[in-house]
Amino acid sequence: MEAGSINESVHGALWTIRELYTYPNEYMYWTVHIVVYPFLTGLVAGAFVLSSMYHVFGKEQLKPVAKFSLVFSLALLIMAPVPLLFHLTQPFRSINIMLTPHFYSAIAAFTLVYLTYMAIVMSEIWFVFRPFIVKNALEKTGLMGLIYKVMTLGSYDVSETALHTDEKIIKVLAAVGIPAAAFLHGYVGFIFGSVKTVPLWKTPLMPFIFLMSAIISGVAICIITYTVGMSLTRKFICGASIRSMAKVLSMFLIIAFMLEGIDIVFHAYTAEEFWGILSELLFQRFAFKMIVIQWVCGMILPMILLFIPNVSILRAFISACLVIIGVFMMRWDVVIGGQSMSRSFAGFLNYKLPILPTSIEAFREGLFAVIILLVAPFVLLFIFNKVLPVFTEVFTEEECKLSEGK
Amino acid sequence: MKLTRRELLKMGLISICGAVIPVSAFEVFKPEALASLIHPFSKKKRWAFVVDTTKCVGCGMCVKACKLENDVPFYADIQRTWVERYVQRKGGEVIIDSPRGARYGFTANDPQGRTDVPEDDISKGFFVPKLCNHCEKPSCVQVCPAGATYKTEDGVVLVDRKWCIGCGYCITNCPYFARFFHPVYNTADKCTFCYHRITKGRKTACVEACAFGVRKIGLLNDPDSEVFNIVKTERVAVLKPEYGNEPHVFYIGLDHIVR
Ligand code: SF4
Ligand code: SF4
Repeated sequence: MEAGSINESVHGALWTIRELYTYPNEYMYWTVHIVVYPFLTGLVAGAFVLSSMYHVFGKEQLKPVAKFSLVFSLALLIMAPVPLLFHLTQPFRSINIMLTPHFYSAIAAFTLVYLTYMAIVMSEIWFVFRPFIVKNALEKTGLMGLIYKVMTLGSYDVSETALHTDEKIIKVLAAVGIPAAAFLHGYVGFIFGSVKTVPLWKTPLMPFIFLMSAIISGVAICIITYTVGMSLTRKFICGASIRSMAKVLSMFLIIAFMLEGIDIVFHAYTAEEFWGILSELLFQRFAFKMIVIQWVCGMILPMILLFIPNVSILRAFISACLVIIGVFMMRWDVVIGGQSMSRSFAGFLNYKLPILPTSIEAFREGLFAVIILLVAPFVLLFIFNKVLPVFTEVFTEEECKLSEGK
Repeated sequence: MKLTRRELLKMGLISICGAVIPVSAFEVFKPEALASLIHPFSKKKRWAFVVDTTKCVGCGMCVKACKLENDVPFYADIQRTWVERYVQRKGGEVIIDSPRGARYGFTANDPQGRTDVPEDDISKGFFVPKLCNHCEKPSCVQVCPAGATYKTEDGVVLVDRKWCIGCGYCITNCPYFARFFHPVYNTADKCTFCYHRITKGRKTACVEACAFGVRKIGLLNDPDSEVFNIVKTERVAVLKPEYGNEPHVFYIGLDHIVR
């Protein structure tokens, strides 16, 4: 009598397994794309902050990664909203939030926040690469020459004074970009923090927790990509730069760790109605993901590795990898873990990521879509790199030694 | 008198500020705003619902009627209204279930499919029908980025199927989980208090289907309304008041084990 097939069309039934008592309409509605989305925007924010450290605070050791982190954050930024489109059940209507934005909703501000940030990143890239673009526009012919000519936007002035002005503008943009990056990501945290029905999300610390984990993930991905990029092109990897990034990483790691710790301690101490189910989540169901991967491997271990003096390139690289895994796990734990507690506080929803794309829904919400989304920023970076080479200003051995003291 | 553009702008700005500030101050201090802290009955036309759980037998006719009336695929496991069964054993253990939203009713002593709960071990058991609470402060409406879900003048919360982008924010932010994605339209969906019927003077499908008089729909502040008289004179409770949504489905005979 039960037609099984109709339930496949119920959004959520494909990947949700219920346990004990959950409300009949309860499924995992925010799924893996809502894990990927904050992960990507987090990387954007982190990478941008790193490049700003060079442009605003003049951290000389960061010079080799300054351009790279900027362009990479653009690549990430372009991809960041795509998981949302995968997530919507009516993606072609996404324009509606611009037509009739309802500003009480945190998501409605998305367009505004996103476009502002996009404008800042794009213009900063333009100013940073302007001398390079102009040079190529004058020298190159053919298609590439045309691309560069368009990219000059008609401005060929590379005189001393003009470049000096550029420098100033870059500084301002990089400085304005820091709060904008913080806002972009803090706002993502707010989307979660404002959902009052999920005990794990409902904390005013959410924007800050998200921001800190964003910065550590962004810095970590820069360490990884720089090291890998240099090794692949057989260029010299500057230990001073790595150490400088590692230092930034370790500092933000401490803050991130403290914020996340306070949050849990607070929940445990006030022990509100939902603490029973929350503690079961923390210490049993998600114990491995949260305690082992997110905290021990993703935070405590890298902290120890980075705090032992004389950080080597390998040690920084390993810590960065651990941090990335930890941050991804954190997004997972927050999104999936948060929703896996039934709103009835009397049951659980288990999430099973669809692997095989047996239907459109299974593909859209499944593993392959996720892999595509996670790889896409690197593909974009690869393409951007053809036009705007990001690793041209890497240090030679001497320069690296010189920068160490600064 | 001749005005330059600059002066005109300045005066315009001053007069706008001058108008806005007193008006907004008024908004904060108006007595209704303060009085609303203790929730008096709204003077406006306002739909509300009463569920007398003491009379419910768990037959599930209301769930069935709702599905058929409102074009929600019958066999799909999502429902605009559902009935929950609460069983408390003598040892204190609480077992809750609502198999298929109870659209086939409860016909056996098998809470959560368990057969190890003998009848003489049950200290209390009862049914609780649920539906969207048409909250006065609906947290679902608050978070909809597209403005696709909204509250009508008479207090009913609706979804515009043509405008919903399917982000699921509203579903996530409803403390009662009254919402779901409609399997055919792929947009957020939920109970409408049968708005198409009540605005034409009829009762909701579930109210009409209930043979035991468990469910009642009516207007608050209407002296002839049974709902209003119950809410005014009897001890009623609402579900999860701690979320601050001010739900407008009032329950008779609620218990502390009800989630
Ligand atoms: S019960 Fe849920 S869906 Fe209904 S109005 Fe309240 S918050 Fe919205
Ligand atoms: S799912 Fe539809 S109705 Fe719900 S918040 Fe998103 S756009 Fe609004």
